[in-house]
Amino acid sequence: MDVADGVAVRCDDVVKTYGQGSSQVVALRGVDLDVKTGELMMLVGPSGCGKTTLISVIAGILDQDSGDCRVFGHDFKHMGQRDKTRYRGETIGFVFQAFNLLPTLTAAENAAVPLLINGVNRREAVERARAMLDRVGLGDRGNALPSQLSGGQQQRVAIARALVHNPRLIVCDEPTSALDAHTGHKVMELMRELALADGRCLIVVTHDARIFEFADRIARMNDGRVEKVVTSASEL
Amino acid sequence: MNFIALKMLIGDRLKYIALVAGIAFAALLITQQASIFTGYTLRTGTWIRETTAGGADLWVMDPQVQMSEGPRALSDTALQRVRSVQGVAWAVPMYKGWLECRLPDGTLLTVRLIGIDDATLAGGPPEMVEGQLSDLRRDRAVIVSSAALATDFALDRGKGRPLRVGDRVDINDHQSIVVGTYKAGPEFFWEPVVYTTYTRALTYAPRHRRLLSYVLVKLAPGADSAEVAKRIERTTGLKAHTGAEFERVTADYILKKTGILINFGMTIGLGFLIGLLVAGQTFYTFVLDNLRHFAALKAMGAANATVLRMLCLQVITVGLIGYGIGLGGASLTGIAFERGGLAFQMHWLIPTFGAVAVLGCCLIAGFLGMIRVLRLEPSVVFKG
Repeated sequence: MDVADGVAVRCDDVVKTYGQGSSQVVALRGVDLDVKTGELMMLVGPSGCGKTTLISVIAGILDQDSGDCRVFGHDFKHMGQRDKTRYRGETIGFVFQAFNLLPTLTAAENAAVPLLINGVNRREAVERARAMLDRVGLGDRGNALPSQLSGGQQQRVAIARALVHNPRLIVCDEPTSALDAHTGHKVMELMRELALADGRCLIVVTHDARIFEFADRIARMNDGRVEKVVTSASEL
Repeated sequence: MNFIALKMLIGDRLKYIALVAGIAFAALLITQQASIFTGYTLRTGTWIRETTAGGADLWVMDPQVQMSEGPRALSDTALQRVRSVQGVAWAVPMYKGWLECRLPDGTLLTVRLIGIDDATLAGGPPEMVEGQLSDLRRDRAVIVSSAALATDFALDRGKGRPLRVGDRVDINDHQSIVVGTYKAGPEFFWEPVVYTTYTRALTYAPRHRRLLSYVLVKLAPGADSAEVAKRIERTTGLKAHTGAEFERVTADYILKKTGILINFGMTIGLGFLIGLLVAGQTFYTFVLDNLRHFAALKAMGAANATVLRMLCLQVITVGLIGYGIGLGGASLTGIAFERGGLAFQMHWLIPTFGAVAVLGCCLIAGFLGMIRVLRLEPSVVFKG
């Protein structure tokens, strides 16, 4: 149904609270959001508005309290922990704000991690990771450690890692916040080119107005709700 | 994922070295101290073992005897009563007493005088270095330990020349001649042993109504040692032990009376505790430092079981490497100890139990970190 409609992610009235009693904080107050296949959706808004909580729920690493959240027709709420973890490993790619590359692994080994998690043998995983590094322009840096790479290069390794296992959904948390404007621009160009190929969809959480131009749609969040979904930054 | 776990571990050099060093130190303490303890314990039975090697199957003694160095004198008739028990092929008397010995230059020392059966010389030392055991049948003959010649028996209160075959010594003011030396294993007890015949030992010993210390028994062919021992106990009222039992009784008594079991036990326990604390603290810090990465792995689809397996691999790896280094160190110090005459005996059970203790220590140490990682919400990776 959702997939046939071209909807990759559908959130209906998603509520999430943290804590209990007087210390309870409502992070999502009934979020409705659709993200289509082949689309780059940006989630923007002030700190604490629920962006990170929402992508955590969408990525299946946080359970919502109520409401439905389907990813390619699968509702994490109705999956066991094991199935959820496996589905996440196969279907979703992650790009983190702080890159989160393992400092003792080479760039190729870092990029190979999702394949290793999915049970691909080491040699094949590293070979495929090298091919992906080649696509992000780091073909010659496969043996470099993260500490030997610039911030932009590290983020490109993180992008290679997010794409190497051919996921259908890519979730990015502030992918350009640690990069200068020029590098951030190049990284977004790359993500758009690679991530949106083959009918994938991309959800990017960001504060960085400089990259809004790369979005197909922008969802503005405030106080746990999606206030507005627009197609251009000028409409925000 | 195994290679990721190993690279994470080894890549953090300082923590890796601290972990391995802590565990190696614990393994060294545990195995080395256990080996020294075993060495000392085994030495309490050296004399019994060497005497039993001469062919005796049972030691018969007063029921109040608690160790080899504390014989209680038996009446002379005990020997005949033991000989009359079914299943006994032969039985010979043995005297053991502590007497004063004067060396040729007047140096005085206390010796353990062992009197062995005149006819058979059963119960004598198993290996002679100089002379023959039968030389004990010569007039006033005694034989002494070769190892003690240059130490306990050295003239000038241990600073002069070693005692030699042919030298005259006075035992309890009875003139004796050293006619030979025997090879003795290192013992827990320190007074040197001097052998002579049973009859001569009785003439050297202070006057007492009873002077028989032990009766050594050889079983008849096909007889069962446990059955014959029971029969001896039932018919004579004496206590009968095999050599191994007598060794164990002696060792138990020494351990109980001297407190060395507690002392060594404390050191071994401390080794375990130090290993646990160092490894635990370091591994926990390692886990905390890598929490972000573990969260990222979990977010990317690594199951809890996978992460747990990675952590187990890490603790087992440092455990095995640390244990190997510690065991190697203990073995090297053991070689040095043995060359210096100190007690060291690494029985195969020590490395086995040591490995179990050290790996247990590592797993306990890793437990807190594992709990932390298992409870870790992968969503923390999105929290900056």
